[in-house]
Amino acid sequence: MISVRNLWKVFGSNPEAIIGSPDAALTRQELRAKTGNTIAVRDVSFDVAPGEVFVVMGLSGSGKSTLVRCMTRLIEPTQGELRFEDEDILKVDEKRLRELRKTRFSMVFQHFGLLPHRKVIDNVAYSLEINGVGKSERHARANEVIDLVGLQGYAQAYPEQLSGGMQQRVGLARALAVDPQVLFLDEPFSALDPLIRRDMQTEVIRLHHQLGKTMVFITHDLAEAVKLGDRIAIMRDGAIVQIGTPEELVAQPADDYVANFVRDFPKSHILTLRWIARKPQPGEDLNGPILAPSITVRNATRQIIESSLPIRVMENGNLLGVVTAVEVLHLISGQD
Amino acid sequence: MATTLLSKPANEPAPVVAKKSKLSFQLSLLTGSFLFFALLLRGIATLPLDTSSLTSFQNWLNSVSDWIGNNRTSNPVFTFFINVIRDFIDTFVTGIQDLISQAVGNNASPLLGWFGIVVMLSYLAYAVANLRIALLVCGGLISLGLLGYWQESMDTLALTLAAVVLALIVGIPLGICAGLFPRFEKIITPALDFAQVMPTFVYLTPVTLFFLIGPASATIVTMVYAIPPALRITAVALHEVPWSSVEAAISMGSTRMQALRKVQLPQAKRTIVVGINQTIMAALSMVTIAALIDAPGLGRVVIRALESLDIGSSFQAGLGIVILAVVLDRTTTAAASKVDAENSHLLDHKHHRQILKIGALLSLIAIIISRIYIWAGNFPGTGVLGHDIATYTDNATNWFQAHFVNVTNAITNAISYGLLNPLQSLLTNSPWFVTGLAFVLLAAILGGRKLALVATFCVLGIVGTGLWSDTMATLASVLVASIATVTIGIVVGVWIGRSKRADQIIRPILDAGQVLPAFVYLVPFLGLFGATRFTAIMAAIVYAAPASIKLMADGIAGIPASISEAGIAAGSSKWQMIIKVQLPSARRAVALSTNQGIIYVLAMVVVGGLVGAGGLGYLVVAGFAQLNLTGKGLAAGLAIVLLGILLDRITQAAAVRSTLQGK
Repeated sequence: MISVRNLWKVFGSNPEAIIGSPDAALTRQELRAKTGNTIAVRDVSFDVAPGEVFVVMGLSGSGKSTLVRCMTRLIEPTQGELRFEDEDILKVDEKRLRELRKTRFSMVFQHFGLLPHRKVIDNVAYSLEINGVGKSERHARANEVIDLVGLQGYAQAYPEQLSGGMQQRVGLARALAVDPQVLFLDEPFSALDPLIRRDMQTEVIRLHHQLGKTMVFITHDLAEAVKLGDRIAIMRDGAIVQIGTPEELVAQPADDYVANFVRDFPKSHILTLRWIARKPQPGEDLNGPILAPSITVRNATRQIIESSLPIRVMENGNLLGVVTAVEVLHLISGQD
Repeated sequence: MATTLLSKPANEPAPVVAKKSKLSFQLSLLTGSFLFFALLLRGIATLPLDTSSLTSFQNWLNSVSDWIGNNRTSNPVFTFFINVIRDFIDTFVTGIQDLISQAVGNNASPLLGWFGIVVMLSYLAYAVANLRIALLVCGGLISLGLLGYWQESMDTLALTLAAVVLALIVGIPLGICAGLFPRFEKIITPALDFAQVMPTFVYLTPVTLFFLIGPASATIVTMVYAIPPALRITAVALHEVPWSSVEAAISMGSTRMQALRKVQLPQAKRTIVVGINQTIMAALSMVTIAALIDAPGLGRVVIRALESLDIGSSFQAGLGIVILAVVLDRTTTAAASKVDAENSHLLDHKHHRQILKIGALLSLIAIIISRIYIWAGNFPGTGVLGHDIATYTDNATNWFQAHFVNVTNAITNAISYGLLNPLQSLLTNSPWFVTGLAFVLLAAILGGRKLALVATFCVLGIVGTGLWSDTMATLASVLVASIATVTIGIVVGVWIGRSKRADQIIRPILDAGQVLPAFVYLVPFLGLFGATRFTAIMAAIVYAAPASIKLMADGIAGIPASISEAGIAAGSSKWQMIIKVQLPSARRAVALSTNQGIIYVLAMVVVGGLVGAGGLGYLVVAGFAQLNLTGKGLAAGLAIVLLGILLDRITQAAAVRSTLQGK
C-alpha cells in the first residue's frame, strides 16, 4: 500500500550535494562539523501492506519523527520515492497533496496538537469542516467517532478540561473522522502516564481489529512496538538497521545495536516454539505431546515442564523438532 | 514611549570573551586617558554654536524646507501622493472630530453630544470588558467634563482613535506577515528597533515638513509612532501559538490560509488585544506631544500652560490626560483578560447577549437625546471642579515653594554644582575628537569592530549636524539622570525582586506610571523646581525609573532557585546574597535595565526643552516656533537620533557582554 524507496532527508544548506558524495558516509557529528548539514533520514526503504501495523522504533534523534513527517510531506524529503497506491506522493502538486491529507491520511501527534479554542466536537470535525461538509452532517459524523473512541458525553467539553489520555482520544477521533486509509501516529502515547498508556495501546489494538486501518506507528518504547506491531523497523542515525516481526528481531538481531535493544526484553513472551525446537537426539522418546510451532514459549511453558517426555513440535504432520524444560530454562535464563 | 516592550539584544557577532580583569583594566585606562586629554586640551575644538547662528548644513536643511514649501502644490510627488494621503487622513480625522468633539455646521454640538458619548462608550466598555470597567469609563468621562475639558478631551480621543485605527490597519497585517515569514521579520526588525529608540519628539519635524501642521499630520505622526508596537506584538502573538496545532491543521489538509484563519489567529487573539492596548497607549502619548505641531486637545492646553509657567492649568489638563490614559488602559487590559475568560469558557453567552442588546438600545436612545436637548449636547457648566483644582494646585505650589524653597534649592544646587555642572563643562569643553574617540574606543572594547564603526558613524554624524556642543550639554543631563535612574532601578528592583509583598504593592504603581504620556511628568516638577534643566532631569528620572525597576526585578526574580538555594545553603547573609549571588547572576538584567533607563531618559530630557532645559530639545522646539530655525530643529532631531543610537548600541553591547561573561 505504501512503498518507500531510498528516501533521504538532509537538513542544512545545499542538501542534495551531500547525497551520493563521500560526505554521506560520515557520522552526524563529523558531517555537522564539516558542512553544517544533518542527515535525519538516510536511504530508507520499506513497504507497508494494507491493514498492517508498521512500527518505526528508535531512540530520540534517530530520525523516526522526521521519517513519518516526510511520509505526509509535512517535511519535504530531500530525495527518494514514496508511493501510495501507485501514486508518487513526492510528485503530486499542493492541491492533490491537501486532498490526500484530507481524505486518505491522518496523523496523531505526541503533544496532541488539539485546538484549544474549539470544543471537542469541533476539534474532531475540523478536517470535515475544511472538506466543506455541512455543520449538521459533520457533527453527526464527529459524534460517531467520539463514541467510537469512548468519549461519550464529552463532545461539548474543551480540550483543556480533559485529562491527557482523554485529549489523545480526541486526537484519535479527529484522525478517524475522515475515515482515512492510513493512520500515522507519532509517539502518540509518550506524553502519557504508564497506566493510561497501556489503556490507550489496548484501545488502538481494539480500533485496529474493528476498523482494520493501515497504521504507521512511531515509538521509542520496545514493549509498545512489540505489543502493537505486525512488523517493526529499528532506526539508528537516520537509517533503518533492521525490519522484521517482533519475533525475528528478538531471535535474530541484525547487529549489536538491535541486540542491545532487545536484550532485556522477556524473550519467552515473543519467541515461539519454532525458535527453540531442536533436533531429537538419538534414542530420545518421540511419543510426547504435540504442540504447534506458533505457540509462544510462555504459553507452552506449563505443558513442557509438566510433561515427562519431550514435547514434539509439529507443523502439517512434519516433525520440526522437540522441546524440553532445558530449552525453556535456557531461554528464560538468557543463555541461548 | 509608553510601550514596555524591550528592543531585542543586538545580534552583533559575539566578541571573544576577555577576562573580566582585562575588561575593567581597559575601561579604567580609557576613562583615565579621556579625562587626561579632555582636561589637557580643554577649550580646543569644542564646536560651539550660538542659538541663532546656522551652519551650512542647517542652512541647506532650511532651503530643503523652503523648497518643499514652494513646491507643495506643484510637484507631482506632492500633488499625487503626499497631498492625497494628507487629504484622506484629514477627512478621516475630521470625520471623527465631527462625530465626538467639534460642532458641525450651525449646530452647537458635535453629532454625538456628551450624554450620548458617555452612555455609548460605557456600553462599549461593558461589551468588551465588564460592568466595573463600564462604571470606570462613565466616571472617567464625566470627570473630564467636570474638569472643564470635555471638548479638548474628545479632540484628544478623536485623534488617538483615528491614529490607532490606521496604525492597526497597517500594523496587524504586517505583524501577521512577520509572524508567518521569518525572512520578512528579519528584514523589518532592525527598523522596529530603531523606531523604538527614537524619542517621540524627533518624529514631529520631518512629518510637518511633508504634511504641514494640524490634525492630519498629528494623526500621521501618531500612527507612525504606534505602528511598531502593533506590528511587533502581532508577530509575537503568532509565534506563541504552539507549532503542534498548526502542524496538525496542515496534516489534515488545511491550506496555509485556513491554518491562519482557523488555528493561529483564534489562539493569538489575546496577545493581539494586548498589542492593541500598547498601540493605544503609544498613540495617546504621541497625540499629546503632537500638540507641538498644532494638534488640538489636552496636549495643547498643557503645552500652553507650561510655556506660560501656569502650573494650575497644566496640572488640570495633565489630570485630564491621566484620566484618559487610565480609562483607555484599564478598558483594553480588561478586554484582553476577557478574551482569556472566553478561551476558558466561563461566559454565559446567552445571558450576555441579551444584556448587550438592551445596552445597544439604551445607547441609541441616549444618542438621540443628546442630539435633541442642549443640556445633553454640550457638557453643562464651566468646569468649576477644574478651576478649583487649578486654584488649589496653584496655592499648594506657592505654599510649597514659599516654605521649601531652601530644600529645593539645596537639592538643585547640590546636584548642579556637585555633578551636573562639572560633567557638562567637562563634556562641552573637551575637544570633539577626544570625546568622539573615547566613544569609539568604548564601543570597540564592548562590541568589537562592527560596533566601533557604528559609533564612528554616529560621532561624525553629530559633528556633521553642527550641534556637537548642544549634544554634549544634552548628554550631560542624560548621564546624570541615567545614573540616578539606574541606581533607583537597581535598589528598588532588587527589593521587589526579592520580596513578593513589595512586588505586589509597587508593581501596579509602576504599571500605572508607564501608562502616562511623557510630558505629564513635567508638570509637578515644574511646580517644584521652576523652568530649569533640573526639572527635565527629575521628570526624566521618574519617567524612566519604572521600566528600569521592572527589568531589574524580573532579572532578580528570574534567577534559578537552584542558584539562590546554593547561596543560602553556603550560609550567605542577606547582603552577601545580594552582592555576591543575586546581582552577579542578574548581570544581564542590570545591563538591560541600564539600556532601557538611558533610552527613556533621553526621550524625556529632550522633551524638557519645553520647560527651559537647553540642549537639543530646546532647538527642536525652537525649530517649530521660528521659521528660520526649521533647519536647525531638523538637525537637532537628527543629532538626538544619532545620540540615541550611540547610547543604545553601546549599552546593548554591554548587555551582550555581561551575558557572555556569565557563561
